[in-house]
Amino acid sequence: MDCVVTGGNVKVLAKAIHSLSRIGDELYLEPEDDGLALRSVNSSRSAYACFLFSPLFFSRYVVCIPLVSCVLTPVLLQCVQAVFRSLSSLDKTVEKCHIELVGEKSRLTFTLHCKHGLMKTHNLSFQDSESLQAVFDKDSCSNVLRAQPRLLVDTVLHFPPALEEVSLSVSGERVLFRNYVEEEPERAKAMLTELSLSSDEFEHFAVGAESSITFCLKELRGLLVFAESTGLPVSVHFDLPGSPVVLSVTDSVLEVNFVLATLSDDLNLPRSPPPADDFLNDDIDSYLIAMDTSELPGPSNAPAQRSNHRLEAQSPVANHRLESEEAEEEETGDTERPPNKKFRSLFFGSVCPTDSQLTNQTATSQEVLASDSEDDAQAASP
Amino acid sequence: MKFRAKIIDVGCLNHFTRVVNTISKLTKTCILRLTPGNLYFVLSGKIASGGVSMWCELSQANFFDEYQLEGVAPEANEICLEVTPENLSRALRTAQNAKCVKIKLTKKHCPCLTFAAELPTLSSVSRVVTHDIPVDVIPRRLWHDFKEPSVPDFDVSIYLPPLKTMKNVVDRMKNLSNFLVIEANLNGEMNLKIETDLVSVTTHFKDLGNPPWGDDGSQGRSHSRDPELMAQTRVDIRKLQQFLMGQQVNPSKAMCNIVHKRIIHLILLHEDVSLQYFIPAVA
Repeated sequence: MDCVVTGGNVKVLAKAIHSLSRIGDELYLEPEDDGLALRSVNSSRSAYACFLFSPLFFSRYVVCIPLVSCVLTPVLLQCVQAVFRSLSSLDKTVEKCHIELVGEKSRLTFTLHCKHGLMKTHNLSFQDSESLQAVFDKDSCSNVLRAQPRLLVDTVLHFPPALEEVSLSVSGERVLFRNYVEEEPERAKAMLTELSLSSDEFEHFAVGAESSITFCLKELRGLLVFAESTGLPVSVHFDLPGSPVVLSVTDSVLEVNFVLATLSDDLNLPRSPPPADDFLNDDIDSYLIAMDTSELPGPSNAPAQRSNHRLEAQSPVANHRLESEEAEEEETGDTERPPNKKFRSLFFGSVCPTDSQLTNQTATSQEVLASDSEDDAQAASP
Repeated sequence: MKFRAKIIDVGCLNHFTRVVNTISKLTKTCILRLTPGNLYFVLSGKIASGGVSMWCELSQANFFDEYQLEGVAPEANEICLEVTPENLSRALRTAQNAKCVKIKLTKKHCPCLTFAAELPTLSSVSRVVTHDIPVDVIPRRLWHDFKEPSVPDFDVSIYLPPLKTMKNVVDRMKNLSNFLVIEANLNGEMNLKIETDLVSVTTHFKDLGNPPWGDDGSQGRSHSRDPELMAQTRVDIRKLQQFLMGQQVNPSKAMCNIVHKRIIHLILLHEDVSLQYFIPAVA
């Protein structure tokens, strides 16, 4: 393959490489008839990204048959990143970038033609590889949203940088983003953030039925960085929990697709919005009385909650593995936990008969009221 | 027990956010006392915080457009919560251009302070971001731990030099020593001193002025006190640095009361917020 990228497109290519390096530590460079594809996948095979540059993106694009693709191992990827390191100076100094892939010699060469006649040549040796392809069909997704990147950037701003997973729920005329808290010990004390957007704010809002998906925020941020710099709208295609979500950015010379796995057992089902200005949720008093006069739930509840969720979560990643991979455990898999305990979902207060307190202050706590004994050992202490 | 409040004015919102940011830099957790007239952020000196204690008082009317409180009981019309100020800070951070911010005490999976901010958008419907911040309700029998501290019987009271200058000095001294001596006298002179085996460094401040306290014992004592005589206290330099690092706005008044070899009492007064910080002496 032999191609030349000129002018501002060099920066676009550089940004694509940076974006991909945030997904996985290997980059697949695959020249094809319909353009040059740069692809990456993460180690747990739960996130895949593909940047397809059409021949029009280049001032010159020639592929040789047979098609040869190369995989840039982490070390090589770092070298390539170093070539395109300083984005701001790329603009100012690089006039064009010549990329040559010579299959027989396993050679990949980047030549940057810079101002003042300066040329920087980088030679890399690579290994042949099978190509990386993911199987997904975004056109068959029942839910499609499209928005300017600015909207999504503003949305993720509200969530802490360290947040792993975010839940996206759509219902009726609203789109909700919520942080997703998985670990039971943290869940009781975690700060929950929810952002509600009206469908008006989206350029395109086609929602089949109410649904909610949870996926990794980090990868979304990676795409948004790229999208914001190009100013192109971001489309979000998704279905049921468990099916991957496809985020894409498209224009005439470039198609970007990020395919992310979603959790299949999503506890963040859409719920009706809380009434705006009253105290239906504020029944602190009976909560306090319940705490003072009855047992606090023991730790036995906690692990059960996690176990059920965990085991379910194992399967979607298994279901939606991409091709050319081997089965991999979700990194925090707790397969040893017994799945047969009943529990209640903290969000919905669906009360299990054996449970009593915290979520529902109805009949149970009213009865307990009568005994109002200040039991020091039980009372809530900070 | 009910609490709901609303901030509409962007200036009030920014000001309140700055106060919360300052508190979040001073301590990881603290007590929030809500009374009909005021809010207090309190840290009572315990071993865990290294003996440091803090009392920050805000007059609610200066911040909130609406403020409704129903305390635990009619005769104890107040609410006492343990909060993590960093969470409050985070909730307020992205709401700085909100049309309005509502704060409510709610019960979700546990007692929470819910912050709901209505953000402006181009479309007809606003964007709403809600943060549910878990808090612990402090029962009445523990409230005595969180009462307003009394002003100690100090030996010298002096106005502080500009906090930024002090911070620069303390930052550099921290590289040399873990302990710092603060001393001041009634002549408006203050010294910050560190001493190690290899080096000793002293920064002298002059003409700072001494605040006139009312007719109380300390004033009486100060009349007979030699104005040149320094009262000094040796403190852990990191605690002083932490206090100075948190200050985002210049206060209208900043002073320090020194109890010789016992404790320093720092007081910052802004228009509608007062902050008191106690740092005990180390041997």
